Amino acid sequence: MYDIEKIYDAVSLDDAIRARVEDPEAVIIAGGSDVLIKIREGKLAGCRLIGIRAIKELEGISMDGDGCIHIRPLTTFSHITFHPLIREHLPVLGYAVDQVGGPQIRNIGTIGGNVCNGVTSADSASTLFAYNAVLELTGPDGKRTLPIAEFYTGPGHVGLGPAELLTDIMIAKKDYDGFGGHYIKYAQRNAMDIATLGCSAICRLNASKNTIEDLRLAFGVAGPIPMRCHKAEEAARGQLISPQLLEQIALTAESEVNPRTSWRASREFRLQLVRELSQRACKQAIIHAGGADL
Amino acid sequence: MTKIIHCTVNGQETEVAIDIRESLADMLRQRLHLTSVKKGCEVGECGACTVLVDGEAIDSCIYLADWADGKHILTVEGLRGPNGELSPIQQAFIEEAAVQCGFCTPGIIMSAVEIVGSGKQYTRDEIRKLISGHLCRCTGYQNILNAVERAVNEAYQFLQQGEP
Repeated sequence: MYDIEKIYDAVSLDDAIRARVEDPEAVIIAGGSDVLIKIREGKLAGCRLIGIRAIKELEGISMDGDGCIHIRPLTTFSHITFHPLIREHLPVLGYAVDQVGGPQIRNIGTIGGNVCNGVTSADSASTLFAYNAVLELTGPDGKRTLPIAEFYTGPGHVGLGPAELLTDIMIAKKDYDGFGGHYIKYAQRNAMDIATLGCSAICRLNASKNTIEDLRLAFGVAGPIPMRCHKAEEAARGQLISPQLLEQIALTAESEVNPRTSWRASREFRLQLVRELSQRACKQAIIHAGGADL
Repeated sequence: MTKIIHCTVNGQETEVAIDIRESLADMLRQRLHLTSVKKGCEVGECGACTVLVDGEAIDSCIYLADWADGKHILTVEGLRGPNGELSPIQQAFIEEAAVQCGFCTPGIIMSAVEIVGSGKQYTRDEIRKLISGHLCRCTGYQNILNAVERAVNEAYQFLQQGEP
């Protein structure tokens, strides 16, 4: 038995917002793979929950007329990985969320929960940063949109206003079209673990596939919140692909990140991972973008 | 905080009174006496409580019983043949000596049901990943992998032959 004071199951988005306005302290529960564990640990013991699982409009993946891909927050990791639109257009995201926990967790955990937890280690986060994902937030005053980089405000903190819910994750065509990429999760074991470091790289090459036109390099656990390495990206733009370029990207990225020492790994080890994984991820991203294997 | 829910458990339509605070694992074990569902870690790490909900393997310890309303639940008890015979997946676990203490076995068998049910063939590494949500402290996993591989291959061959 879980130590829960009350659960209210919202029947629609408006109903969920209304319930949040009435009880701002209540915790939103989606898949439950984080919230129920926090209740079990005692961190959220005795809480009041607002369940949003029944809100069908918050589930599923679609593409609009402009080629923008909409991922609704209640979509589970496994449904993202196997969705045809994701496989065709956002394979790095499908691959990244396939690294979360284990198969049973991926069948219940939702991408919206992963993002709204605000943790730097979220496997979806770095790739969503790389794809310039834009979030739609809906509250009592209506809808607004926010780039994902502005949504994360601190460890465990996100820019959700009072009674606001994440209602859509949008990736515009210009941010995925022609890109190839790769995500690397470094953890102590290959499953059921939290990333020691996560690195996502996506890039677009020129017509002759020997020059980087655009690179997006994002990390999880390289700082208090997921982050992009804009200087490393700038250093790569317009440059001929070479092992020296990969090294330069890695060293620039290292100068931008700010990892901490935790029981999982020291700051020094994480810096080494930033150098190593950014090269490996970029190398693979170049191949996926049509370039040669260095 | 009692609530009546309706779900199909192992093929049978079931009406059950639950407490909205209880997990699906609690409901299956204590109210329906389906004790193949084991409670190990109770935080979704060990996989001992794995059941299928609408065909997808989930950890029933971190799934509220209330969420099962209107769903199809399958546990190891539901794999039994009409005369009590074992399913081919269970038989594969016996043939490959994949069971030692047996605590993790029902959960892994339910994941195997999802894997075999896909009708696809998998490499050893793919199977490793597909059962990575289970912990076994006895076997060292090799015989479990052998059993799942055997069940996957048998089902695949069966489908290829197109036999009734």
